[in-house]
Order: sequence, then structure tokens, then C-alpha cells
Amino acid sequence: MNATATVTPSKNALELRNLSFFYGKFQGLRNVSLNIAEHKVTAFIGPSGCGKSTLLRTLNRMYSLYPGQRAEGTINFYGQDILDPKQDINLLRARIGMVFQKPTPFPMSIYDNIAFGVKLYESLSKSEMDDRVEWALSKAALWTEVKDKLHQSGLSLSGGQQQRLCIARSVAVKPSVLLLDEPTSALDPLSTAKIEELIDELKHDYTIAIVTHNMQQAARCSDYTAYMYLGEMIEFGATEQIFFKPERKETEDYITGRFG
Amino acid sequence: MPDKHLSSQFDSELNSVSARVMEMGGLVESQIRQAVYALSQFSLEAVETVASMETRINAMEVEIDQELSSIIARRQPTARDLRLLLAFSKATANLERMGDEANKMARMVRSIIESGAPRSLPSSDLRTAAELASGLLRKTLDAFARLDVKAAVAILKEDDLIDKEFDGFVRKLITYMMEDPRTISPSLDLLFLAKAIERIGDHSKNVAELIIYLVKGKDVRHTALDEIESAVL
Repeated sequence: MNATATVTPSKNALELRNLSFFYGKFQGLRNVSLNIAEHKVTAFIGPSGCGKSTLLRTLNRMYSLYPGQRAEGTINFYGQDILDPKQDINLLRARIGMVFQKPTPFPMSIYDNIAFGVKLYESLSKSEMDDRVEWALSKAALWTEVKDKLHQSGLSLSGGQQQRLCIARSVAVKPSVLLLDEPTSALDPLSTAKIEELIDELKHDYTIAIVTHNMQQAARCSDYTAYMYLGEMIEFGATEQIFFKPERKETEDYITGRFG
Repeated sequence: MPDKHLSSQFDSELNSVSARVMEMGGLVESQIRQAVYALSQFSLEAVETVASMETRINAMEVEIDQELSSIIARRQPTARDLRLLLAFSKATANLERMGDEANKMARMVRSIIESGAPRSLPSSDLRTAAELASGLLRKTLDAFARLDVKAAVAILKEDDLIDKEFDGFVRKLITYMMEDPRTISPSLDLLFLAKAIERIGDHSKNVAELIIYLVKGKDVRHTALDEIESAVL
């Protein structure tokens, strides 16, 4: 049943092999194998409960926070296995950043929201830190909007700005992979468009994996799309192909709204 | 279309536009049959009927296009829904052109009748080709309604037949014109008639290619027949 990743891009940032995931006795992912191409956007779509967020959460071991949850298989990340118990989770999360559905700025200033994470991994001088904050906010297309109010609370920003602040915060520690878990589902269409523009910009420097309920969003901003259902990867391929002529009927039924 | 969408409204929109395309196809088919009848009987009455159907067909093309753009704007169709709507849009354009060709045929028939010497020319050959062409359109509409790729490929083959008939007919006309220069003017009318029939066949072929595009997701325009066969059958 499980499709295997047939797309072979130039280089892979992440290679998932026979990945299974268990919430206690419940199996959330079944033998998923696919490659996430470097400097490309890979989208995961599927109905609620299909395992797409679970999959994203295995990629930076977010699940390790919860007892009783475990993953099997391997996730090769530039030569190291993410699922290796000896893996340093904090370092891993600096290299594989994550942005969530709801904007989650820290209750501190815009400046400190960015600087906070950086301080955990690097000791920078004041001017170096200023540069880093400006760089990260510029990357997230937020700098011009906030440069005059860096010391206001991050919570004073609009929802769309808060989400871009969260992206800036992830980018600030210079990760190589960004995981976006429904990053625009709480945003209005204009903010959504800005985030999608941003995704397109960011993929030149980062590898991006995005989970989205908005199929048109996956169609618009991803290079590869994986369709998941009941913990299995049903089909994985170039986004254009998935939305124009998917191989599998299950995929077509879902993207055309025949799923029931 | 088989399989239901979650939105039954979407289903009924697709069904309604499918029905309209088929209706338009039926109208064009009977218009062509009228043109063939006008040719075989040299009937001015049939010529008038063909002309009067033209307006209705043109209006249908515009209406169907409006329906299509409204569905696209509101539903953002993907995969086979998207291919279906694109195929409908192109199919109606081809149908409308077929209607134009039928109208052209009728005009030529009128001109031959008015020239006064219709019987001395080899118009019976043309009737065969014209019947072939209108039969081809019927088969095409049938294959479209059933999404039948095999039938679509057979239509592509049959259009080649019409093209060959056309070439043969042109050679025949040339001999007539060389033998008796007085036949040049009516022969030219026949030539235009033959060309219109050949074009009707070509438009059927275009629609048959759209069926393959719709079902298989493969664009087979400008592709050799044997290549198409091995790719889709």
C-alpha cells in the first residue's frame, strides 16, 4: 500500500526509511519512506489524523517531550540518524527549526524574541547580536515593519506579524531545515500571501517541510507533495504532477474533494 | 461524471455544464447533417436551416465558457476536474468551429445551386466524405460522454481516412478543370466544400485528443498515431 519515494532530486536533506510512530499502543505512522530534498519545499497533505503532523514532529524529535511516544525506522539527516537515542536533541532542534499553527511569540520584546534562542547556542557581542536580529527579521520580511519598535512586546504585533516573528526566531539560529506546521491556518489571506512569499524566498537557504490543510497552498508553494492517509504515505511526487494527474485514485479523490 | 464530490453543488455544476457541452455537440452534429443533406439534394431550404442554427451554437459557446469560468473561479478544480473543465472549454471552441465549417458548406451549396450547373460535377464523392465527417463527430461525442480512450484513438485513425479522401478528391477536381475550363468556378466551390469537410474531421480529431488528455493526463497533440497508441492503450 505504501508508496515509495520515487523522486530523486540532486541532494536530500532528510531521508526517511520505514518510519513508524507509536502513541503508546496506537500506531500513528506506518512504514513511511521518502526523501526531503535540500532547498526545496515539501508539503504534506491529508485529512485530519492522517499522520502528517506526527511525521513533522518526528523530524526534530518533538515527541521526545512525551513519555510513551516512540518512533521506529531511520531518519538520515546529513549522515546522522535523528532517531538515534544518543542524538543531542537541543542541537538537533537548532538545526531543524519548527513553526506552529498558532503564532507563539515569547512574552518579551520583539528583539528578545529573536535574541533569546541565539543566546542558547552562541555568544555574540551586542553589535553582532543587533546584526543577527536585523538579519533574521529581514529574512522573515518583517524588518521594515518593526525596526522602529524592536523593544515593544512581541505580543503587540498582528497575527501575521507574530507568525513572521516566529519564523524569524527559527531562522535566527541558522537552521538548515524549517518545519512549518500549518503556519497560516490562523492568518488572513494577506498575511498568508506574505508567508507564502516568504517560504519561496527562504527555500534558497533552507530546506522546508510544510504541513497544510489548505491544498491550494500546497499546490502554490511546494515543489514536492506527499499525500498521507491513516498513517501511510499514499503518494509522493512533484507537486505539479500530484495536482494535475496523480498516480493513485485515493490521492485524486482527496485533492478533488471526493473524499468521504 | 462518476464519483461524487463532498460538495453536491459542485457535482451538479459539473453535470450541468457536461450536459450543455453534449447538447451543443448534438446541435452541431445536426447542423452538419443538414449541410450534408443540402449538398446531396441541392436543397436551398436545408441551406437556410444550417444558417439559422449557427446563431444558437455561437451563443451556446459563450454561455458554456461563462459557466466554466465561474466554476473555475469558485471551486479551484484540480486533477481530473481541472482537466475536464479545460477539455470542455477547448471542445466547445472546436465544436463552434465545426459549426462555422458547416455554415461554409451551406454557403458553397447555395453558390453551386445559383450557378445553375450542379449535376455535372462529382459531388457524390463529397457526400461520402461529408457523411464520414458527420459520423465521426457522432462517434467523438459518444466517446467523450463515455470517456472512452480506445474509441478516441479509433477516431484519430478515421480522420486520417478523411484526409486521404480529401487529397484524392482534389486530384479528381483538377482533372475536371483541365478537361473543361467552364467547370472551374463550380469546381472551386466544391474544393472549398471539400476543405470544410476535411476541417470538420480535423476538429473531431482535436476533440478526440482532448478525451485522451482528460482521461490519461497526456497531451497527445502533434504526436504520431503509433506513438499515441503505445502511450495510452
